[in-house]
Amino acid sequence: MSDDLKDKHGTTGHSWDGIEELNTPLPRWWLYTFYICIVWGIIYTILYPAWPLVNRATGGILGYSSRAELAEQVAEVENANAGINQRLAEAELTQISADPELNQFAVSAGASVFQTWCAQCHGSGAAGAKGYPNLLDDDWLWGGSIEDIHYTVSHGIRNEEDFDARYSQMPAFGADELLEDEQIDAVVNYVMSLSGTPQDPALVEEGAVVFEENCAACHGEQALGDREQGAPNLADAIWLYGGDYAAIRETVENARFGVMPAWANRLSEAQIRAVASYVHQLGGGE
Amino acid sequence: MANAIKLVVLGLVALFAAIAANYARDLAYMVNALVIMLVASVMFVITLRKADEDRVLRDLSGEYMDDVVRYGVIATAFWGVVGFLVGVFIAFQLAFPVLNFEWSQGLLNFGRLRPLHTSAVIFAFGGNALICTSFYVVQRTSAARLWGGNLAWFVFWGYNLFIVLAALSYVLGGSQSKEYAEPEWYVDLWLTIVWVAYLAVFLGTIIKRKEPHIYVANWFFLSFIVTVAMLHVVNNLVIPVSIFGSKSVQVFAGVQDAMTQWWYGHNAVGFFLTAGFLGMMYYFIPKQAEKPVYSYKLSIIHFWALIFLYIWAGPHHLHYTALPDWASTLGMVFSVILWMPSWGGMINGLMTLSGAWDKLRTDPVIRMMVIAVGFYGMSTFEGPMMSIKAVNSLSHYTDWTIGHVHSGALGWNGMITFGALYFLVPKLWNREKLYSLSMVSWHFWLATIGIVLYAASMWVTGIMEGLMWREVDANGFLVNSFADTVSAKFPMYVVRGLGGVMYLAGALIMCANLWLTVRKAPAVETANGLVPAE
Repeated sequence: MSDDLKDKHGTTGHSWDGIEELNTPLPRWWLYTFYICIVWGIIYTILYPAWPLVNRATGGILGYSSRAELAEQVAEVENANAGINQRLAEAELTQISADPELNQFAVSAGASVFQTWCAQCHGSGAAGAKGYPNLLDDDWLWGGSIEDIHYTVSHGIRNEEDFDARYSQMPAFGADELLEDEQIDAVVNYVMSLSGTPQDPALVEEGAVVFEENCAACHGEQALGDREQGAPNLADAIWLYGGDYAAIRETVENARFGVMPAWANRLSEAQIRAVASYVHQLGGGE
Repeated sequence: MANAIKLVVLGLVALFAAIAANYARDLAYMVNALVIMLVASVMFVITLRKADEDRVLRDLSGEYMDDVVRYGVIATAFWGVVGFLVGVFIAFQLAFPVLNFEWSQGLLNFGRLRPLHTSAVIFAFGGNALICTSFYVVQRTSAARLWGGNLAWFVFWGYNLFIVLAALSYVLGGSQSKEYAEPEWYVDLWLTIVWVAYLAVFLGTIIKRKEPHIYVANWFFLSFIVTVAMLHVVNNLVIPVSIFGSKSVQVFAGVQDAMTQWWYGHNAVGFFLTAGFLGMMYYFIPKQAEKPVYSYKLSIIHFWALIFLYIWAGPHHLHYTALPDWASTLGMVFSVILWMPSWGGMINGLMTLSGAWDKLRTDPVIRMMVIAVGFYGMSTFEGPMMSIKAVNSLSHYTDWTIGHVHSGALGWNGMITFGALYFLVPKLWNREKLYSLSMVSWHFWLATIGIVLYAASMWVTGIMEGLMWREVDANGFLVNSFADTVSAKFPMYVVRGLGGVMYLAGALIMCANLWLTVRKAPAVETANGLVPAE
């Protein structure tokens, strides 16, 4: 075929290192497609903002603007949800779940808020991670009623941005030399014995005394915790920072200081109520 | 006398580098200064030892300068393997984050290795391939020895020094955080000097050519060299914070900086990876097929259309950002009009095989070049399509972009380079033929299947994550979190990594084959004299 082409169109008459070039004309389909693209391009730049001039660019006869288009789409959704958002913001918290339509809206809005703002720490499935509580179970640090959750989300925990943030602080018994090394060893074994097997059973009895004198004030006589001050229940097998000897020992020695931001400044009341409803219905809500 | 000047300059460079290393404000700068000191000192000693030798001056003006091309071929193969290896490793780092080892944080984590991979494949592998093939092609098609004597050696070693400096500084944290333009100011300055020397050698050779006309491949090579020089200088306009540190401050800010960056970034694709490699295509395909180029007219029209249109297309990287709508429109319109001019190269490459299609069965090297042109056509269709705003709103920031880049880079740039290396090695080392054609076939199939796995898996994850990001429920609320899309992509990330392993394996087979060709294939005498074709 190439030889046919050569006979038909000839070459340009040059040769470089043995390479010749044929004088084949431009393929018609190629040329016409190119022309069509150019014509389309000219029409498009007349319709849409395109050519820069001295002080501004041509605006296009369709009056298109990507920012206006976005604003329109956002407004459309906001208008559609305005009524129900209003209802959500004004409803009695405990009554949200009783109204099926409102509840369905709150939960799906809350899921979206959660995926955007909360999933980074609590996980996209809300199962938590070390230092970030699991929100699927019924073990609550600061309370699991819808009001408690709403308060926690609004004001956060141990942050410096909200005066009403939930606040408490465990003493660093080792770092501040409040307890001797052996006492810490003993109390860690006692705490382990409450929900499982201690590392050294011989120390449990001594540990119980240390616990009684130093820990019971916050965690309670039975070590069941105190939601008023966010003191965790130590008698169950649920651990925020790990339940092995090393992790508990680190907690007793240096204490922990988990922080959660206050969302009242960043989210609307309806959004906070929505995410509280979402978390409340995950499984552990009270 | 020349030696005396050379010794003084090298001595001063070594001294200044030592001072710079001593006062260095950051590790990347210090290590780079030490490398420069070492290089200058070694060259100083070598020059000194040769100073009293009588140089036997042989008239070489009647022969092609092929030593530097041979070195370039070796460097191309070496950097190719390095770049592919790093690419495979970071692909698996994305699939299995545990590969970001704790002990190597701040050295070998994904963020440090990613620019090492992109620069190694584009600038080290691609750049060395372009320099050595352009040196080979311009000599043959001009019937002239390279202009400038040892300047060509300066280009080769200077360019590879640039690569070493850039690679070391990425790993140690010296980066100006501009994609494909990561090297800091002093590395950029060095590259500018080397690039001007490259332009001088290339242009000097064209000027003293014995052929009456300039061959089409040389138009493409020249447009690539000139445009890259302009892009490199403008996009790297910075003010260093200290002469003894790597940090610098960009001259442009905000959306102007973003626009300058993508004007650079897109034309790095357009002129480095498209125009330059089309230059390779226009020589090696007609030579390997032993057929005339399909259409001179098409080559001239698509050349001018391509270089005029490409330079406008950058804004399509910034759709739906702070960029004004008018710039976005122009970027999109010019990208779409660019479709046919890009395909002009594909048509000329494929149709050159008219009457020689049977060679696809018998010659795996031709097969490699043809599939390269095929991938070129595919990605230059995909590119304009992705630049359309409606498509871009789905594809942007997703893995689809990564897949698009790799079908171009692995398919077009990689394959045409492999084809050129298979063509060049027997010629340059005076061997009758390649050691093994079946090894070439193995390379071909491993690479092709590797690319298909890569591109297909990235289409799937890219479109999937684009759809997941925009998925809303009946009330207009987003359904998925970002982490949901990441975990959904896992299986495709593994497939992509496997594609990379296959591509790397093919390249290793090529290296073995080329090595054996030089060592074992029967030798022939080939003429190295300058003979004009007419």
